[in-house]
Amino acid sequence: MALDSKIPHGPIADKWTNYKDHINLVNPANKRNLDIIVVGTGLAGGSAAATLAELGYNVKAFCFQDSPRRAHSIAAQGGINAAKNYKGDGDSVYRLFYDTVKGGDYRAREANVHRLAEVSANIIDQCVAQGVPLAREYGGLLDNRSFGGTLVSRTFYAQGQTGQQLLLGAYSAMNRQIGRGKIKMYNRHEMLELVIIDGKARGIIARNLITGEIERHSAHAVVIGSGGYGNVFFLSTNAMGSNATAAWKIHKKGAFFANPCYTQIHPTCIPVSGDHQSKLTLMSESLRNDGRIWVPAKLEDAQAIREGKKKATDLAEADRDYFLERRYPAFGNLVPRDVASRAAKERCDAGFGVNKTGEAVYLDFAAAIQRYGTEAAYVKGLDANDKALVTKLGTEIVKSKYGNLFQMYYKIVDEDPYTTPMMIYPAVHYTMGGTWVDYNLMTTIPGCFSIGESNFSDHGANRLGASALMQGLADGYFVLPYTIGDYLAPDIKMGPISTDRPEFEEAEKSVKDLIANFINNKGTHSVDYFHKKLGKIMWNKVGMARNEKGLTEAMEEIAALREEFYKDVKVPGTDKEFNQELEKAIRVADFLELGELFAKDALHRKESCGGHFREEYQTEEGEALRDDDNFAYVAAWEYKGKPSDAVLHKEPLNYENIKLVQRSYK
Amino acid sequence: MKLTLKIWRQKNAQDKGKMVDYKIDGIEPDMSFLEMLDVFNEQQINAGEEPVAFDHDCREGICGMCSLFINGEAHGPDRGVTTCQLHMRMFKDGDTITIEPFRAAAFPVVKDLVVDRSSFDRIQHAGGFISVNTSGNTIDANTIPVNKKDADAAFDAATCIGCGACVATCKNSSAMLFVAAKVSQFALLPQGQVEAVDRVLNMVSQMDDEGFGNCTNTGACEIECPKGISLENIARMNREYMSASLKG
Repeated sequence: MALDSKIPHGPIADKWTNYKDHINLVNPANKRNLDIIVVGTGLAGGSAAATLAELGYNVKAFCFQDSPRRAHSIAAQGGINAAKNYKGDGDSVYRLFYDTVKGGDYRAREANVHRLAEVSANIIDQCVAQGVPLAREYGGLLDNRSFGGTLVSRTFYAQGQTGQQLLLGAYSAMNRQIGRGKIKMYNRHEMLELVIIDGKARGIIARNLITGEIERHSAHAVVIGSGGYGNVFFLSTNAMGSNATAAWKIHKKGAFFANPCYTQIHPTCIPVSGDHQSKLTLMSESLRNDGRIWVPAKLEDAQAIREGKKKATDLAEADRDYFLERRYPAFGNLVPRDVASRAAKERCDAGFGVNKTGEAVYLDFAAAIQRYGTEAAYVKGLDANDKALVTKLGTEIVKSKYGNLFQMYYKIVDEDPYTTPMMIYPAVHYTMGGTWVDYNLMTTIPGCFSIGESNFSDHGANRLGASALMQGLADGYFVLPYTIGDYLAPDIKMGPISTDRPEFEEAEKSVKDLIANFINNKGTHSVDYFHKKLGKIMWNKVGMARNEKGLTEAMEEIAALREEFYKDVKVPGTDKEFNQELEKAIRVADFLELGELFAKDALHRKESCGGHFREEYQTEEGEALRDDDNFAYVAAWEYKGKPSDAVLHKEPLNYENIKLVQRSYK
Repeated sequence: MKLTLKIWRQKNAQDKGKMVDYKIDGIEPDMSFLEMLDVFNEQQINAGEEPVAFDHDCREGICGMCSLFINGEAHGPDRGVTTCQLHMRMFKDGDTITIEPFRAAAFPVVKDLVVDRSSFDRIQHAGGFISVNTSGNTIDANTIPVNKKDADAAFDAATCIGCGACVATCKNSSAMLFVAAKVSQFALLPQGQVEAVDRVLNMVSQMDDEGFGNCTNTGACEIECPKGISLENIARMNREYMSASLKG
């Protein structure tokens, strides 16, 4: 099967407008006869469900949490990009497009990214109209901050809770439609299978997580907005429940899975403290606006700090190595995430790490506190040479910007980041890969769409900060509502789809069989035991730096672990009740397949780009070395039974508007 | 650390439920409270016993899913945190810890420590929104300046995570703090004015229908709220409600 990305013809700036002018529309009366299932209620799923319902479609929305408001988009901290140019610093749709393509290390689809940049400004207008309280300046207008990989301030924010506020905005839009009966909400439900009738996605099988009942739901189209697969690493910044099951189930039914090896390791997370750890906590990238990242310049100082004989604050300026500022003077602490993560790993591998495990670097706010404090002293007409006063004023300002993040750090680490530098280390955060979609956001299964983090399209090999919220809301509010109408237009006379069809019967049976296997298995180890083992393989061999030997071993080890899992996993309780261990078992079974495909993809991509770093392919300075001649394509994998047997399909990436160059942040 | 855990066990909504005592060893002060429960559940599974069901998801204090009543306090003895942000360093070796679900008539127990908070969602369905369709043609976001003080106050109210600690804490099981947070957010913004009258009347009416109690100004909700939502919001909602009743 040849991949058709369905990119419209014409100049890039006109593609989306022309597309919208020429697609098929469904008239309002007919929309009432069409049902759409949306799986996941984060920024992408929530905004899509609300908008589709506003348009008149009958929407059924599903989430595994107890309320759509709890989807993990809620935890996004720093901000959302938009090409508003409110700062007058030279931003434009083209620059946002350019920065995103470059930030993705030239592995994203140009046309999709340009569309994303075009609708970015609408998102901010929409959210403000919904009552989302974005940060404002004293004049009452919206404020912006800078994020990594850009030279302008285009990031809108709500303290360190931007994702929360945007998600609650989408949730409120959903609530209005739930109240009107246009969205039927299924909380605590998990999609466990896709139903395909005559080659088209026509429904899902879902498990009611409270009663354990297996339910059939039909629709004219199915939208997957179930997020990323970072939890394949066990430890990540994802929520405990974040999973790839919906995305993986559609993959097994024919949706190609693209670029699974493109995973974002975020540079600023709280370091791992012990074996009991269940998740990693992100410290927003926005902190890099004001925090300076460093390690001791001398090995003996690093050792003394690790042994507790010295403190960070004991080291003089000359004894500190601000390694990002040293290596990348133009972008400094605001280099993209992949670059910052690898630089931190390089220093720690060389022995300069600053916590007990040697896997941490400092993020220091002392300079920012002094800078803000001095400014505040001048503004208030106070003595700018009074050190104590300046520190007090500066601390207040830093608190107003990042208060909740500092409090979160303090609660976890038990150290005060206002007076001693934070310790941070990279952790798995976001997955750029996902189900392959065409320009319409449709997967290779007709009628099955994939939006937000669960698709692959916009971030290439590395996502820039504050772009995930933008993409999720762009897909849900402004893109899918058009493209899905074009698909549904021929179905207006079809009428409701019966769930008594044999295709539903068959799909339900496969789900029930899977569940029965787990319940009757009576093995010896818990689900977490296997999940943690998988996570260790992934982190050690498919993590921040990869090589052929490690990846080959990882594939074998994951396949063996999967076999052991099915033989020996122990799931207590029954299937007809609220059973959290059963939920986990089903999710981990999918991670055990996805992880192997992930390693296979990383093994096949013999180049380094963005979040994918192959040790064999680097420049003399240790920067990622792309191979545009051989790898400027999307790797879309077709399921063939075992992950190791997956078949590769290539979508060539044609750059007509941006010249491919080595990414430089120096 | 060695601990005694007294945990509420209840098979399902119909079951009567009871407190059960357990022993646990090898707990480290750096663990979060939920990681302690992970260790406990692993121990239960290995011993062939039922693990205890509890709600949790983001484990960084923002999703509002975790909901434990620990030693008589919503989210436990620390201040300004959710259960997932509570760390074992708040406890001492040898302590006995009582763990119960968030209790209220409007939060029926699903299993063990898991409760059904869909009553909160239904209150939001009644009016927790501004009726704007998605079009791409709404006015430019900077057309209406908003006084920074009001914008900040709206943000503070909007940081409510909907966990239900206020209800679990209140002797009347009142949801006033939760409802007031949403009413306040919109009341403080120009965008929220158009529907202000209907919003407060409908949300309060739904709150009453769900069986939440009344507010008697004790203020315990504010103290136990992990996000520090202020009682001022309740005062603001009462003002909104009164003026809406006169207009409506």
